[in-house]
Order: sequence, then structure tokens, then C-alpha cells
Amino acid sequence: MIQRKLLLGDEAIALGAVHAGISGVYAYPGTPSTEITEYIQGHAPQVRSRWCTNEKTAMEAALGMAYAGKRALVCMKHVGMNVAADAFVNSAITGVNGGLVVLAADDPSMHSSQNEQDSRFYGKFAMIPILEPSNQQEAYDMMPYAYELSEALKLPVLMRIVTRLAHSRAGVVVREPMAQRSLSPETDRTHWVLLPANARRQYASLVGKQGELLASSEASTYNRKSPSAEGKAKLGVIACGIGYNYVMENNPQQLGIPVLKVSQYPLPEAAIKALAEECESLLIAEDGQPLVEEQVKSLLGADYHIKGRLTGDLPRMGELTPDNVGAALGVGLEQPYTAAQNVTPRPPALCQGCGHRDVYDALNKVAAEYEGARIFGDIGCYTLGALPPFRAIDSCVDMGASITMAKGAADAGVFPSIAVIGDSTFTHSGMTGLLDAINDNANITVIISDNLTTAMTGGQDSAGTNKFEAICLGLGLDPAHVRVVVPLPKNMEEITRIIREEIEYNGVSVIIPRRECMQTLQRKLRNKKK
Amino acid sequence: MKKDIILAGVGGQGILTIATIIGDAATTAGLNLKQAEVHGMSQRGGDVQSNLRLSTETIHSDLIKQGAADLIISMEPMEALRYIPYLNKEGWVVTSSHPFKNIPNYPEEESLMKELNSLPQVASLPIEDVAKENSLPKSANVVLLGMAAKYIEILTPEQLRESIARVFAPKGEKIVEANQQAFDLGLNAVK
Repeated sequence: MIQRKLLLGDEAIALGAVHAGISGVYAYPGTPSTEITEYIQGHAPQVRSRWCTNEKTAMEAALGMAYAGKRALVCMKHVGMNVAADAFVNSAITGVNGGLVVLAADDPSMHSSQNEQDSRFYGKFAMIPILEPSNQQEAYDMMPYAYELSEALKLPVLMRIVTRLAHSRAGVVVREPMAQRSLSPETDRTHWVLLPANARRQYASLVGKQGELLASSEASTYNRKSPSAEGKAKLGVIACGIGYNYVMENNPQQLGIPVLKVSQYPLPEAAIKALAEECESLLIAEDGQPLVEEQVKSLLGADYHIKGRLTGDLPRMGELTPDNVGAALGVGLEQPYTAAQNVTPRPPALCQGCGHRDVYDALNKVAAEYEGARIFGDIGCYTLGALPPFRAIDSCVDMGASITMAKGAADAGVFPSIAVIGDSTFTHSGMTGLLDAINDNANITVIISDNLTTAMTGGQDSAGTNKFEAICLGLGLDPAHVRVVVPLPKNMEEITRIIREEIEYNGVSVIIPRRECMQTLQRKLRNKKK
Repeated sequence: MKKDIILAGVGGQGILTIATIIGDAATTAGLNLKQAEVHGMSQRGGDVQSNLRLSTETIHSDLIKQGAADLIISMEPMEALRYIPYLNKEGWVVTSSHPFKNIPNYPEEESLMKELNSLPQVASLPIEDVAKENSLPKSANVVLLGMAAKYIEILTPEQLRESIARVFAPKGEKIVEANQQAFDLGLNAVK
């Protein structure tokens, strides 16, 4: 039965994967990718879907499922690709047995991220096919195609989306689901045991497949050129992924601008050359970094006039919009109203009653007593402690960096050197750094601010809940220096005293302020009432 | 025919519920729709917006062009002003007149309202007060939707009313009735 559903881009991908017969989805929550796994958890009980500890464990588990002959999906935000990179790049060397799709959700303009790296570079680097849907329907349709491609080429396929597709809804026509594949584990060990002798053979095979990848792109229905017109056009456009929508919004047909839509990589070179023949110059409309612009330059030679992010025709950073793409196409802006006078920014803030607030109140009090105090923050809601009224943290770099940066700074002589990390971030990437600190007897104080959930992304289960004291002790921490407190204003005296004591202790100590997230608590209370 | 709507407010004020109701009505009516939302960090008390596009034709961009929005629906007056560069010449602003002050440098209220009311087509109402006075404290957002209903045009108020019944049905008959009452309060307030 054909059905039309209103779906977020993320949900369209989730349903497309379920209907393509996946047996498992592996992911760590990260905006804007979180809703993919949440949708599968809520709608497809037959698919294994429990959250993973981090993107690397997710990538490896998905590879294991593909090894066993079943279809697997692994999802992450763009910076998660950095965490998964070791497994990701090597999965292209082993190849796959069952289909494997790696979904990377990029965040140009950094709506909820610390950078705007473009995951397509990872796909090119690993030498595997990349799919980049331009809309929700295509995102859904591409999932079965991605698995067929993966199984035909025996390679993982990278699907890259951006925030505006992930978090935008549209009607999607859905089809009958396919059955899951049966268990048929790989039998050829030489593909999977990447000793140098095997790895060289496997890499040669990957290099040898590149012609097939290109042929697949050239033939792909997802890459298509508008019909050729009479005579030479002044300008043509290569529109990648969501960039295609912004180009089409500006009516290129009316402007006499031919368009090549690109949603599968490697780049379809023949189609690009054909478009270049028809035009005097080309605009590259791609969201993220100028990956295609650089490649097209080398493809067409220095004499051909290319416009894009490198030439300033589109902004060098930040997401594409129908406005900046319109400007690059020469479409003027009709804007009756300019920016209002009485508007000020309204940054997000920690919720009223949030335990992180009490943690920062206490930390700020104690830190004020030490001139050289430095507080290394981490990724999560508590990063908002950087903003007023707290202004409590001195750094926030990547998942887990609070503990390891505090250690390095302490090694260099910073005192007191304090790390603040959330419960989910600690199990994601903090535990190994804590082991380094313990083994080296670093003089640091680590605050694991435990709100019993992965709060920033909407309250997903946190991998270490109820296990933090055991983890710290298991890593070899002195039990006298694992302290648990309840972050409430009435306990301020006790909390500040304990922070002071542990700062004064020469070695690693861990303080665990533990109180449930206000958002998940309120949700539970609401559900109870029903 | 098309209708480009910007929904604005502060994280937690319920603009996504308004979007859900309009989205349901549009889907039922067989219209094309795109709705870009804000998820993630901004939802923690920051400014949030949703671009809602309805059309009988194919919709390409998930985002509305500047100067192209037909309607701004806002749960908060300063948030309404934030998006006026997106408003077209004939566009309407439908907003709560009640400021939500969770920042220390909130603009001076009088000049804010003066600037808002200097726009040619504005409908504003203290929706929180209206909702409270009618013992519907949780339905201020639906009062606002009622106010906006006659400017949405591509959908009738009756289609939106029916959509409220569908969207709130899982929460029970009482909640459906309360929200339809809130919708009617808003609808009648701008006649």
C-alpha cells in the first residue's frame, strides 16, 4: 500500500532504513542526527536499537552486523565521525558482507556544534560512495538504494545530510517494507584480518573499485542535468544535496541557467564536463566546505571560470540559504523591512532548578579562593556554564577533553586544575583519560555532573547510569577520593567544603554531584499523571 | 497558491505544537508542506523559530527567503520583531503582546511595542492573560493559532479546528475541547 507520511528528514532516513530491512541501528545521540535512532526505537521493535557508548563502538558494532551478512545503519553527528574515524576508514579496507550505511549529519552554521566540518571529505578519504539527499523523499528513497549499492560494491556507503534536512518535515511517500536478511557470516578471513599482507591486497582491491564507483555515479538517477538549451549559457550551476533546493527556489529555468544536481559521489565527471561545455561559467552550490569546488577546478582546468565559496560568490562559511544562493545567481532581494531596533539576542540557558546550576555556583565560590584556578569544561548542557551568569568554564573542545586537558595543564603547573564533565560524556570519552590521570597521579579534581541522562540531545539513556563510583574505583581511584553529593542550594556548604578538600588533596579525585535532569523529571511526572 | 509562515517564540513556549496542528491540517487537505524546526541547544530558553511553508505547488527550499514570508506568528513580541526582515509587503504579524524576559538586557517595553505597532498589519493580544482568564492556562499557544487562523487563508479556520481534534485526541476529549475553546477565543478576538 502506498502511504504519504509527514516526516522529518531524520525520520525519513529511519523509516527508509527500516523498510530496507536493517537488523540494527547503532548510534550515540548528537544533534542533528538523534531523531533517526529515536524514530527506529519508537517504531521498529524488530530492529536492534539501544544507544551506544560512543560513535566508535557504534561504528564497530554496525561493521560486525554487516560482517554477519545483515544490513546495519550507524548514525552520528559530523564530529562523531572523528571519534568513529579509525573504524570507519578501515571498514572501507575490509569491505562489507551485508549492507552498511554510515549516516553523518553535518551542522553548517554550527547551530549545535563546535565546528562545521564537512563529512564528505571522510567519504572521499575512505574512497567509498557518498550519497547526499536533497529532500526528505529522496532521503527515504535512497536508503534501499544505498544498501543495494553497498552490497553490490561490497563497501560501506556514507550518507551525508545537513541540519536543515534533518530537522525539516515534508510529506514522504513510503512503500512496503523488505524483510531482514538472514544470518550468513563472512567466510573469507583474508578480507577481515588486516595484517599488512592482507591489508595491501584489500587496499589494492579498494583502489581497483574506484572505476566502478565512478560508473555508478555517472549512471545514478540521483545525479541529473537539466535538458540542454540552444547556445551557450552565461552561467550554469552544480547543485549538491540540499543546495539543489535553494537553487530551484530561485527559478533557474526562468533565468536560463542549466543545473546539474549532484546527490551521489564520486563526482559524475562526464556530466560536469558536459555542463561546462554548455556554459561560460559554473557556480558550485554546496552546503559545507568547498569540496566540489576544488575538484571541479582541477577537472576543468585553471582557465574555466568557477564561482563558489572560494571565490566569495557564496559565503566561505555558514550554511547555504535561498538568499545567499539567490544572490550568487544574480537574483535581487525584495525586502520591505530591515532588521528591527528593539531586538537583542536571546541565548539558551540552563533550565531553572537544573543541578548543573548548583554545581557551578559551588565551583565559582571555591575557584574564587584560588588565583590560578582553571576549569576545563566539556560537551553537553553544562557547556552553557560558559555564559552569564556563571562564566564558569575556561574551555570546551571535544568529548572528554575536560579531564585530559586538566591533566595536561596540571602537568604544566596549573593549580587547581579542575574538569567538569557530564555523565554521558564521561562514559563516551572520559574514562580513558581518567585512567591516564590516575596512572600518572595527576593533581586534578574531576567533577562528573551526573543528571542520569544524555540531556542536551533530549534525554536519551546514559550508558553509565548507576555505575560511576564502580567505574572510578575500577580504574584505580582511591575510594577516599570518590565523593558523591546532591547538588541543591541547601547543600551548598557541604559541596563547597568537599570541593575544597579535594582540590587540596594532591592527586586525582572525583566528585559526583548527582541529581536528575529537570526535563526528564518533568516528563516522568507528566507521564505518571496520564 | 502558497503561504510562507514563520513561527517564533522562546524554547518551551509551544510553537512546535502550533506547527503540528497546521501541518496536520495541511496534510489532510492534500497541500504540499515543508517545516524547518529548531532542535537541540537553542530549545533551552533561547529564541526558536520554525519556517512553515504551505503550497498547492512543489516547494523546493526548506527555508523562507527574506522578504517573502506572508505571516509571522509569534508567542512573544520581541521574537516577532526579530523576523521582520523576512516579512513581505502585505505580510501580517500575529503576536502575543506579553514580553518573556529571561535575559538581563531585554529592550525597553514601550519602544518595543511602539516599533511593533508601527508595522502596517499587526494583530496582538495578551494571550497568556486570555488563556488564564478562561481557565486554559496551558493553551495560550492555541489562542494564538486562533488569532492567526483568518490570515492563514490557504486553510480555513474550520480545517484547523478539526486538526486540533485529531492532534489532541490521544490526550482525551477534555483536552480537545479546551484547545478548541482556546482556538475560538483567539479567532473571535481578531474579528
